[in-house]
Order: sequence, then structure tokens, then C-alpha cells
Amino acid sequence: MAPDKATTGREMIIHDLDGPSAQWLQELQSSGEQRERALTRLHQLLLRIARTEVGRRSSHLQLAGPELDDICHQAAADALMGIVSKLDQFRGESRFTTWAYKFVILELSNKIGRHIWRNPSVQLEPEDWNRLPDRFGLDPADESQWRDLVLALRAAVGQTLTVRQREVFIAIAVDGVPLDALVVRLGTNRNAIYKMMFDARRKLRAALVAGGHLEPIQDDAGQS
Amino acid sequence: MTGWPSIDRFLQTDPRDVGCDEAIAILHIYVELVLDRGAVDAQRRYDGVAAHLADCGPCGEDYLGLVEAVRSESSR
Repeated sequence: MAPDKATTGREMIIHDLDGPSAQWLQELQSSGEQRERALTRLHQLLLRIARTEVGRRSSHLQLAGPELDDICHQAAADALMGIVSKLDQFRGESRFTTWAYKFVILELSNKIGRHIWRNPSVQLEPEDWNRLPDRFGLDPADESQWRDLVLALRAAVGQTLTVRQREVFIAIAVDGVPLDALVVRLGTNRNAIYKMMFDARRKLRAALVAGGHLEPIQDDAGQS
Repeated sequence: MTGWPSIDRFLQTDPRDVGCDEAIAILHIYVELVLDRGAVDAQRRYDGVAAHLADCGPCGEDYLGLVEAVRSESSR
């Protein structure tokens, strides 16, 4: 993957704050009743964002009712703690509220991942490559045409990936375990799992291109 | 050569991709840029972040959630 700052061009400077952002900061950094009122107001805001977000994601969540609202409350509470502990890291590069909403969105993703992992239907199982065609929408009627590619992919997984890359690739690509749930299962973080998948995909594609199963693309030259 | 673009697409990676940590670190900035100046401007300025959000399901979901959060609160 690309080097960080060269690609993002992020400048580490403190920007002038807009009025509402300055007010949030001033109130949250104050003491007594003013701070308590600001904390309450921010918590209410975060809870509202959490509920909006689970509503948006509800079509693919196997969660509903009190359990879902409990996750919203937990996410809002943990986001509030995170925001308060990192107030000195807010640099005014966005509105304060946009920065704060990010905390609750990320907390929500984390908690949903934990919940999914606790669901007995989502567990790491012995690899079953028979699931792969369905996962990638391959029509059984056309098996004679895609069979060689799937066999080559399976062979490449065994021959080119490390043990850890293989474990992660099979969980996500074959078994369909959500990435955030795998993060919980393996006790790591999203970036580490994504990077492992990124490297695995790159190696597998190179192997399939070398075997004549896939066409090379322009970027392949720089990825071998 | 292949008639199975779903597998081909899944295996393709973008060398500009900055990964989850860096994308999430500036997600709030990126989202405001998208909402204030448009997606094209944001993608041009932060091409590595755009590449990541297009490829990483969980980060892409967080991005959409943050966009929706800002939109819904600003319309209240």
C-alpha cells in the first residue's frame, strides 16, 4: 500500500475554528455545570447519530429491538469517553461535530463486529471450497468454464500464502466472515486484517496471471 | 481469458490504497470535502483514501455512515 502522508497530503496544522466548534471545545474544556451540560448534550447527539446509523445498516444486521438500542447506548457512551480523552487532538480540520460523529460510527462498527462474532452462525469452520462459487455468484450451470480458475485459485492459496494470510483469506473470501468480526476473533485490528487480505489478493492474482488464468492489468507490473 | 469478473475484481488491488488507519484518520476531513466541494475534488486530493474507501467494505460503510450523519444533522 502507498506511503501515508505522501498520498493523503495531510497537513498537521491547527486550523481556525468555526464558531460552533469553538463553543463545543470551550464548554467541554470548562468545569462544573457548563461542562456537564455540554457532555449531556454531546451524549444525546451521539446517541441520535448511533440510532440513525443502525437504521441505515439495518437491512444487513441480524439485530433488532432492545439489543440494537443497547449497542447504540454503548457506542454513544464509549464514543463520548473517547472524544473527551482526545479533545486535545482535535485540530479544527473539520467541524467539531463531524470529528465527533466519527467516534460513534467507529464504535458502532466495532460493537456490531463483536456481536456478529458472538453469533453461533458466524464461526470459523474447516475450509469448505464448495461455498466459493456461491460467494462469487458463479453459476453451477457454467461449471465447466470456471472450474479451472477455482482449482487454480485454491492451489495458489495453498502454495503462495503464509499460514496467517491463508487463514484470513479463507475466512473472508470462502467462509464469508465479515472483516470486523474476524478482527474480534483474531484479537487484532482492521488495518492488520485488511493489509493481510490486500497482500494475499495481490499474490494470488499474480499467481493466476502467471498461470494464464487471468489477464494482466497495468498495475500488475508494480505489484509482483 | 476469464469470464468470471467477480473473482478477478476481488483479487485486484490498487497500489494507491493507504489502508484503514490512514483513511480513518482523515475520514472526517474527507467527508466534509465530499459534502462541501464534491466527490471528484475529494478523490483528486486524497486519491489514496478514495482508493481505500472503494475497496474496503468496513471503511466504506463507515464513510457512508459519516456522510449520512453529517447530512441528517445539518438538515435538522
